[in-house]
Amino acid sequence: MSEVIVVTSGKGGVGKTTTSANVGTGLAAMGKKVILIDTDIGLRNLDVVMGLESRIVYNLVDVVEGNCRIKQALVRDKRYPTLFLLPSAQTRDKSAVNPAQMVKMITHLRDQFDYIILDCPAGIEQGFQNAIAGADRALVVTTPEVSAIRDADRIIGLLEANEIQKIDLIINRIRYDMIRRGDMMSSDDVVDILSIPLLGLVPDDENVVIATNQGEPLVGSNTLAGQAYQNICYRVSGKEVPFLDFERGISFWTKISGIFHRS
Amino acid sequence: MFKNILKRKSSREIAKDRLKILLISDRVNCSPEMMEMIKNDIAKVISKYMKIDAQSMEIQITKTSGKGRNLKNPTLYANIPILDLHTLKN
Repeated sequence: MSEVIVVTSGKGGVGKTTTSANVGTGLAAMGKKVILIDTDIGLRNLDVVMGLESRIVYNLVDVVEGNCRIKQALVRDKRYPTLFLLPSAQTRDKSAVNPAQMVKMITHLRDQFDYIILDCPAGIEQGFQNAIAGADRALVVTTPEVSAIRDADRIIGLLEANEIQKIDLIINRIRYDMIRRGDMMSSDDVVDILSIPLLGLVPDDENVVIATNQGEPLVGSNTLAGQAYQNICYRVSGKEVPFLDFERGISFWTKISGIFHRS
Repeated sequence: MFKNILKRKSSREIAKDRLKILLISDRVNCSPEMMEMIKNDIAKVISKYMKIDAQSMEIQITKTSGKGRNLKNPTLYANIPILDLHTLKN
């Protein structure tokens, strides 16, 4: 059974592409057959985050318009043989593809892959409609900021209106030092406001920038964000993984002081 | 001065409060003009039966207390000050 997952957020720059790249790579590392589809026509980015920009021949628009077969457009990942990227077109615009064409293409891909991950563009226009058209479930990415949460709420409403069955939340760029000072909303605050199930908490980690510079997703690496994305992948695949202390921002010293407080 | 420091809301609380209000109006998707029209119509109907203070009347759409995102049944609250219960009765 294949699962079609759309990664969306409404607001730009909150980490949709990073999340798509890491979730896709993490699932492939678990031995699953995964295809990542960049649906941001005109502003493609997933190829650079994956470090595959030099291998692109055909793109999503070529596939939809019938200029090539799907197989010809797929870029195989450098690291995992079961991971593929379908890049978006850089020189076209959002209207080059419509939702019906997306559904047709995804239906065709379903029997070849375990996971089809769609990286959605920012906004709620045609590009968003294209990305969610064939999706079974959605990962809504947000950061603990008023503007990102407001947009996430709007997106969740639209996903519900389009009858996406399963909608889960990923909170990105959490700064635990700021939460402790009372200057950032905690994950509980955000979940309370958006009222959808929480799938992952990703701390603000400079390793994400370094990984993007290198074109190497950091999922599974010995970094805070790498472990956080690893846990997200387990949860996506249906494994129950408890939220770790670092995900909740509980440091070693908070725990020690907790022991003293109790006694 | 010390009192002020204790009383001051953290920016986290400010953000949360602002969002809660913002999202209610975002979710119901009801324009201020439409709210005004609803308010005027309610005032007109109630005025048939009793004397009310239409100027200080307030209406508001709020989230139901139920958990989850089920906003299919939000509630419309109307706050209508009654000036005289008996004037228009006959």
